[in-house]
Amino acid sequence: MSSPNVADRRELISFCIGEQEFCVDIRAVREIRGWTPATPLPNTLGYIRGVINLRGAVLPVVDLGSRLEIETSAPTERHVIIVVQIGQRTIGLLVDAVSDILTVDEDTIQPAPDVGCDANRAFVRGLIPSEGRLISVISLDGVLPDVPVEEAA
Amino acid sequence: MDEMEAIRATFFAECEDLLGDLEAGLLALKAGAVDEDTVNAVFRAVHSVKGGAGAFSLEALVGFSHAFETSLDELRKGRLSPGAEVVAVLLRASDVLADLVSAARDDRALPQEFGAEVVHELEGLLTVQDSVAPSPAFTAPPAEAPAPGAPSFAFTPVNIAFEAEAPPCAWIVCFRPLDGMYAAANDEMLLLRELERLGAAEVTADVSGLPDLSELEPERPRLAWRVRLTGDDLSEARIREVFEFVGDDCDVTVAQEAAPETVPEPLADAGPDDAVAEVLARIAAETAPPEQAGPPAAPEEPAATAPAPAAALAAQGGERRDVQATIRVDLDRVDRLINLVGELVINQAMLGQRVVEAGLAKSSTVAVGLDDLEQLTREIQDSVMAIRAQPVKSVFQRMPRLVREVAAATRKQVRLVTEGEGTEVDKTVIERLSDPITHMIRNAIDHGLESPADRVAAGKPAEGVVRLSAMHRSGRIVIEVADDGRGINRDRVRDIAVERGIVDRDATLTDEEVDNLIFAPGFSTAPAVSDISGRGVGMDVVKRSIQALGGRISISSRPGEGSTFTLSLPLTLAVLDGMVVTIGDHTLVIPISVIVETLRPRAADVRPFGSSRVLTVRGAAIPFVDVATAFNWRRASTEAAAGVTLLVESEVGGLIALGVDAIQGQRQVVIKSLEQNFRQVDGIAAATILGDGRVALILDVDGIVAARRRGQPAVAPEPFLQAS
Repeated sequence: MSSPNVADRRELISFCIGEQEFCVDIRAVREIRGWTPATPLPNTLGYIRGVINLRGAVLPVVDLGSRLEIETSAPTERHVIIVVQIGQRTIGLLVDAVSDILTVDEDTIQPAPDVGCDANRAFVRGLIPSEGRLISVISLDGVLPDVPVEEAA
Repeated sequence: MDEMEAIRATFFAECEDLLGDLEAGLLALKAGAVDEDTVNAVFRAVHSVKGGAGAFSLEALVGFSHAFETSLDELRKGRLSPGAEVVAVLLRASDVLADLVSAARDDRALPQEFGAEVVHELEGLLTVQDSVAPSPAFTAPPAEAPAPGAPSFAFTPVNIAFEAEAPPCAWIVCFRPLDGMYAAANDEMLLLRELERLGAAEVTADVSGLPDLSELEPERPRLAWRVRLTGDDLSEARIREVFEFVGDDCDVTVAQEAAPETVPEPLADAGPDDAVAEVLARIAAETAPPEQAGPPAAPEEPAATAPAPAAALAAQGGERRDVQATIRVDLDRVDRLINLVGELVINQAMLGQRVVEAGLAKSSTVAVGLDDLEQLTREIQDSVMAIRAQPVKSVFQRMPRLVREVAAATRKQVRLVTEGEGTEVDKTVIERLSDPITHMIRNAIDHGLESPADRVAAGKPAEGVVRLSAMHRSGRIVIEVADDGRGINRDRVRDIAVERGIVDRDATLTDEEVDNLIFAPGFSTAPAVSDISGRGVGMDVVKRSIQALGGRISISSRPGEGSTFTLSLPLTLAVLDGMVVTIGDHTLVIPISVIVETLRPRAADVRPFGSSRVLTVRGAAIPFVDVATAFNWRRASTEAAAGVTLLVESEVGGLIALGVDAIQGQRQVVIKSLEQNFRQVDGIAAATILGDGRVALILDVDGIVAARRRGQPAVAPEPFLQAS
């Protein structure tokens, strides 16, 4: 690679939920695994699918679609759980499918337009236009309810 | 700084052990053991505390342990005999020492005169035989008592007598470390450095004791040192202070230099050899004439005495094995290992299930191999759990002191008998055992035992006996605190319970039920809240803390013969005995420790009561909770009573009835935290992983009760005992 400033290049994993494409920083991703039925938790928010066993650790699974307020269907075996690390916690993100690994320059990420959607404003920190696609960059802070939302204001 | 903190923590951890040894030793002395080992162990314990305290400049601790040690030294040397009174003073001193240690650990300031009384008593022990005590001025240790196994040319201490009228200018300090010095964590370098602080020092080493390199043992000091100190306010006492911690591990002579104007010359010019020769010449003069000691003999001597060091080494080797038989390991590392093994067990169970699913024959090599694997994993799990297991001794050891104090405060005569101190239980459980046991023992002495006069009147010995025992029983640890006192006064207990509204006046209660009333919240039988058992907490607090550990407590009592509290606890907090139940598609685990009874009620037994329902069992009305509804897994159903009902005991609300669909069975499960990756969930205590690899939730009964109360302010009544 002859890029002069490697620090500004980022690798992202892109995935889709319904019709939309999203991506997260690859450094946060621990592994990607197929959907396994989660044990539902009582008295919790609707977007928490439940908990699964990841080699002895109990992980909560966040239905990212419903967290982003996108219409989603019941998970099937073709769904995927992206295991990510947020601070000290490890959680699973339920998505439809993983599509790609992108390498982009930081300055190609455009700020997200305000479309009047709270969920979008809280979790989408930018957009990458790429070959006719539009990929939203997800910020993982705030995906769990009691993790402080830094970009909120 | 952090490193220092860590060392400090280690010191205090060791102090705990040492204080335990100290007390155990003193109790053995009290019981009549007068063997040398016991006395030495006691002395060593105090000495080590003093040494460590000195390193951290804990002056109060050093001062007290020094006084304590002085008395013990007399005991060790046989100049003080361990009679009952002497041991009593020593025991009091050990209590004070323990207080000082804990004050130092918590950085608490104690009053200046703390322990002064005991110091005085300790000094009193010394004055009794003052005539034989060594005078404060230095006298050389007797030359005929060299350390065993030391080479015959060992530097015998020389008492150099100088004329006192010569103006004091320089001091000559000669010291030769003996075999045990390094083992006691002392080092010449530190001593020399200390001496240097007193004044200008000229140090010469006596290398004559050095053997050939092949025979050099790094753990045995071979050098002797001669230090010429010049300084303004030197005194023998100040110099001796430097050697305070070295004790008997080093031969020391301190003397004023005879002729200050002549000595510097040979020292400066001739170097060490002359000085050494001079010292050796003195040795030659003092040791038996026929023995050819001195420089020429030196090369041969090591060879001649070679067997002795070898034997000493062998002996040391044996000792060293003992010392290294234990290691201190960070608890986090052990916990990590335990977690990993827990996962291994789950994985192995999953693999087993897959093999069965694949339809392989039981005799297939895969199935046989898997059986072996299962055996191994189980053994690994047991061994790993054993790492964290500790004998209950560490808790039991603290009790004799408690008994002494409570006995003194209540003016009762009490003897504590402990049994099964070696019974092992997980460290996390040990840490939480101390408070309940303390409370039960206080209670046994204060409420259980009668005063000596009453006892004699009842035809019992004046001295009461409190028996503290531990044993393993069916995978749990059972601890009993028994006294031979008056037993529970059932009429009185009943009266009080009625008075406080705990039980209905007309209720018919069995003796056992009456006895167990003392665990009811707000119950205390002492007419006046005494200093000992009172403090506003009663047996209900003990019961709650035991239940929080997944344990149970019960009492049995016979009037006039005494009472026995029995508490049973799981061996570990990492594993839980659970009842696996199903509710619809969900699998839940309910801790066995809270389940009182399981039953299958008739539909008519569950009746609406306000906005909720109650279950009537044998005439008692118990709040009924349908778990599925509580968790919003199902709309309030009418046929909930068709399932199974578990009567469970909650800490906050007494008995409640939990409705579930079916019981799968009883299983030991490994507890996994939800908070680690998520957060606390109402009604759920933790999670676990079942054999099929799925996560099952562990029900938190108290959480359900609390959630119900929040959700429905007008709750069903508290369960009550009712006349039948």
